[in-house]
Amino acid sequence: MLLEKLSNARGVSGNEGQVREILIDAVKAHVTEYRVDTIGNLITYKKARGARGKSDLKVMLAAHMDEVGLLIVHHESNGYLRFRKVGTIDDRVLLSKVVLIGKDKVPGVIGVKPIHLLKSKEQEQVIDTESMTIDIGAKSKEDAQSAVKIGDYATFATEFDEIGDGLVKGKALDDRTGCSVLSEILKHDYPFDLYGVFTVQEEVGVRGARVAAFAVDPNVAFVLESTVCDDSPKKKDISPTTRLGNGPAITIADRSFIADRRLVNLLTATARENRIPFQFKQPMVGSTDAGHIHIAKQGVPSVAVAVPTRYIHSPVSLLSLQDYQHTVALMTKALPKLAKGLEDL
Amino acid sequence: MSVKDFLQKLSEANGVTGYEHAVRELVIEELRPFADEILVTPMGSVIALKRGVRDPKDKTPAPKVLIEGHMDEIGLMVTDIDHGFLRFTEVGAFDVRVLPAQEVIVHGKKPLRGIIGSRPPHVLSDEERDKVIPMHELFVDVGLPEDSVCELVQVGDLITIARKMATLKNNLVAGKAFDDRSAVAAVAEALRQLSATKHTWDVYAVANVQEEDGAWFGGAFTSTYKVNPDVAIALDVSHADQPNTAEVNVVPLNEGMGIAMGPNIHPLVHQKLVDVAKANEIPFKATAYPGPTGTDAWAIQIVREGIPTGLIDIPLRYMHTSVETLSIGDLERIGRLLANFCASLDDKFLRELKGEVNGREKNMGARPAPRKRAKKRR
Repeated sequence: MLLEKLSNARGVSGNEGQVREILIDAVKAHVTEYRVDTIGNLITYKKARGARGKSDLKVMLAAHMDEVGLLIVHHESNGYLRFRKVGTIDDRVLLSKVVLIGKDKVPGVIGVKPIHLLKSKEQEQVIDTESMTIDIGAKSKEDAQSAVKIGDYATFATEFDEIGDGLVKGKALDDRTGCSVLSEILKHDYPFDLYGVFTVQEEVGVRGARVAAFAVDPNVAFVLESTVCDDSPKKKDISPTTRLGNGPAITIADRSFIADRRLVNLLTATARENRIPFQFKQPMVGSTDAGHIHIAKQGVPSVAVAVPTRYIHSPVSLLSLQDYQHTVALMTKALPKLAKGLEDL
Repeated sequence: MSVKDFLQKLSEANGVTGYEHAVRELVIEELRPFADEILVTPMGSVIALKRGVRDPKDKTPAPKVLIEGHMDEIGLMVTDIDHGFLRFTEVGAFDVRVLPAQEVIVHGKKPLRGIIGSRPPHVLSDEERDKVIPMHELFVDVGLPEDSVCELVQVGDLITIARKMATLKNNLVAGKAFDDRSAVAAVAEALRQLSATKHTWDVYAVANVQEEDGAWFGGAFTSTYKVNPDVAIALDVSHADQPNTAEVNVVPLNEGMGIAMGPNIHPLVHQKLVDVAKANEIPFKATAYPGPTGTDAWAIQIVREGIPTGLIDIPLRYMHTSVETLSIGDLERIGRLLANFCASLDDKFLRELKGEVNGREKNMGARPAPRKRAKKRR
């Protein structure tokens, strides 16, 4: 399964090379050409096929390759490593985890002072990242320096696997899921020019999508994501954002953009016609590559479709393969309809 | 099996306090080749006996030395099924802060993979992210619909952390349940070494149950009763040097072990361990506990009429987390110390313990000669 390979691959924002290589292998047979731009985006181009007459339509599909992770910033004199977070991670999910550092996958652990030595007040305090260290077993600064360099990236040592009833778990499902969906979409032909773009640095401010959208200059864009699913039971009656198993989540608006209503309608109509379940993501939660794509050049009508994923931005997240399949199906059914063009605004 | 391989097997097995059966099977399998007899107590502790070689003319029964570690681990227990998610409490002491985003195994009708869920930062306010999540708000997600969960899981089912052992630099390893399976691995190593060493005392290698219940040390109490040893050495983990701890509170990692003193410890046993360590050039740090040691030694000392007890500290970082870190070198040295200690035990030492050696003042803390006294009273 491509998703498994992608989830296990290590690619924190700014270091997406390994993921890119896997994706190039996966899609090169299905695209007309591809290139890697200067920031690291993988831009694939698929020429229109079966179009009646010449089509001016250029559609961009984007999914980001990067994942949240850690960056080594300092060697302590006693051999411990200091780190900073890359992307948004809740400090509370980091303790007592194994991480793999740098190209050589040096294992390290994020330890914590034992409960036996804590005053009860300390147990009520969240430990922030600045106070944490990674232990690689080094005896001294020099010993640590021989194994890990400042600037090395660390990823969670989580392995992809099946879990429960038709679900999978792994790290970096946000957004290797979108990458995998996009790869499947690229296997089919479309009557318009299609750009499948695997972007970098979404988690640190949507850097890759911005330059990719400028270069591609599309008429329409779809962002393929893995999104917040907060459907665990809670005391307060608050929105779960999305629910696992309820189908692809279509964004109407989030903190980064307002989706083009025609594209939202296209997706919902397609879902209804094909009896594909779907849901709307609770508005105004999160942000995606669409934030920059929709304001590229003169503006690009955009929408985001996502696979609901529990516990994103933590060492281990979880999604439903059925939601995943439905997302692929919804996109492959909806895209050909674009050949007719969008209705007027 | 090497100490490291056996530790890995033990660490990756699951056996929360009171439910040690899977670990027990591993222990029995590993100890069997070195033992003359193996028995399991009614509570579930494993006792492996390796007989000493006595002078054929000597008809007195061989004295007994007991070396032990506990094989249970801390864990979690299901308290409620809430819309298909599992609520839980702890068995043994967890720092609740290490639990979010852990992968776990729920020991229901069949083992189920699970995740201790954490809400994504996208939906949390700064204020919420600044609060420790209390245990009653945490939950396990097994990825099954509610009706399947209710069919497979019930209140009281146990949950363990799913964690493979990782090898770090300098022969350190990190994983779960090193407290106190590392002691079991060291005891096994001692027994292995003793198979090539002459010893006159009977050696009882014991893997105890139910240490982490924190109240009774029930495994150690009962197996020690069964063995009735003349000397006992408990092995348990102790805090190693690690960030945010004072030097006074720790035993340095990769530099041997701690040999404990204090009211829990028989001074002659402590001295003997120290002497054997020095004679074999095994590094150690003397450690001192002013009262309860929080180990099986605390129970063993007051079994029957009292057992002369010693305690070896295995240096361990991040105790009671799933990334407990220790040095394989330390474990090998502890195994060697224990083997040499057992081999060094002789009649003279037994007499010393009993206060029967000429020229020695009556030993404080030594066992009195109890049977005679009891008769007199009657």
